[in-house]
Amino acid sequence: MWTWFYKLASPPYVYGVAAAFVPWLLGFAALAIGYGLVAGLGIAPADYQQGEAFRMIYVHVPGALLSLTVYTVMAVASGIALIWRIKVGHAVAAASAPIGASFAILALITGSLWGKPMWGTYWAWDPRLTSELILLFLYVGVMSLRSAFEDPLRGDRAAALLAVVGVVNVPIVHFSVVWWNSLHQGATIVKLGAPSMPGSMLWPLLSMWLGFMLFFGAVLCMRLQAEVLNRERQASWVREAIK
Amino acid sequence: MTSDFWSMGGYARYVWPCYGIAGAVLAWNLWAAGRYLGAAKVRAARALAMASSEAR
Repeated sequence: MWTWFYKLASPPYVYGVAAAFVPWLLGFAALAIGYGLVAGLGIAPADYQQGEAFRMIYVHVPGALLSLTVYTVMAVASGIALIWRIKVGHAVAAASAPIGASFAILALITGSLWGKPMWGTYWAWDPRLTSELILLFLYVGVMSLRSAFEDPLRGDRAAALLAVVGVVNVPIVHFSVVWWNSLHQGATIVKLGAPSMPGSMLWPLLSMWLGFMLFFGAVLCMRLQAEVLNRERQASWVREAIK
Repeated sequence: MTSDFWSMGGYARYVWPCYGIAGAVLAWNLWAAGRYLGAAKVRAARALAMASSEAR
């Protein structure tokens, strides 16, 4: 039953699976994002308070959720690599970091573009915004630490340790709007109870979220192949794999 | 109708840059991952070629 799980520790197996998944993930991501864009921009009604400005939700929320999801993936992979000394764990963590950082930047920029018409300012030292900025700094720290060591193994371990410690910021980002007074609105879809949106607004958002997740999966698989190749350059299976 | 859509109720200068930046982030991710994978394949091929020439 657990054979598939154990196989994930094998670099050639992971390389092959990642290569096979990329076109499927990209195809389904394009479909989900395409539907989300058409329905979100053209079909969903304007919000009764925010008017048409609310349509920024369709890129801001998936981007922000992905920045948290990718960090969690990176921290779990780092934990697995540290505890069981599985090299593929380090490869997954290294592949995740630049993707997560780019989505944290997306969340911060789109958030500030939304903040200007709604709050009257592009930036405020608000708990949600500040903790999201710290998340971006954590991504940058993990990437910098990995490349700061001459010995790649030491770099992997140091980066993994920071990734695991930094995961404490993920619930802080998510619950910051509950724990502290915040300009930012409360949770809309990721919360206990039913989402506080009508279906005509919610379905495009869920579709964009799914599309962004599938896109992350595709890009992660591509970067993971590269990380595995960089770590296994001398292995005999690589000759067949890169033909 | 079309101009209403593009004006986004007066919020066009906030809404469209959001979508533009999101598109740029997605495109950069795809481009950078492809480039990174391509470079890794070239390095691996070079390492294998060196290893086989040393073995001869």
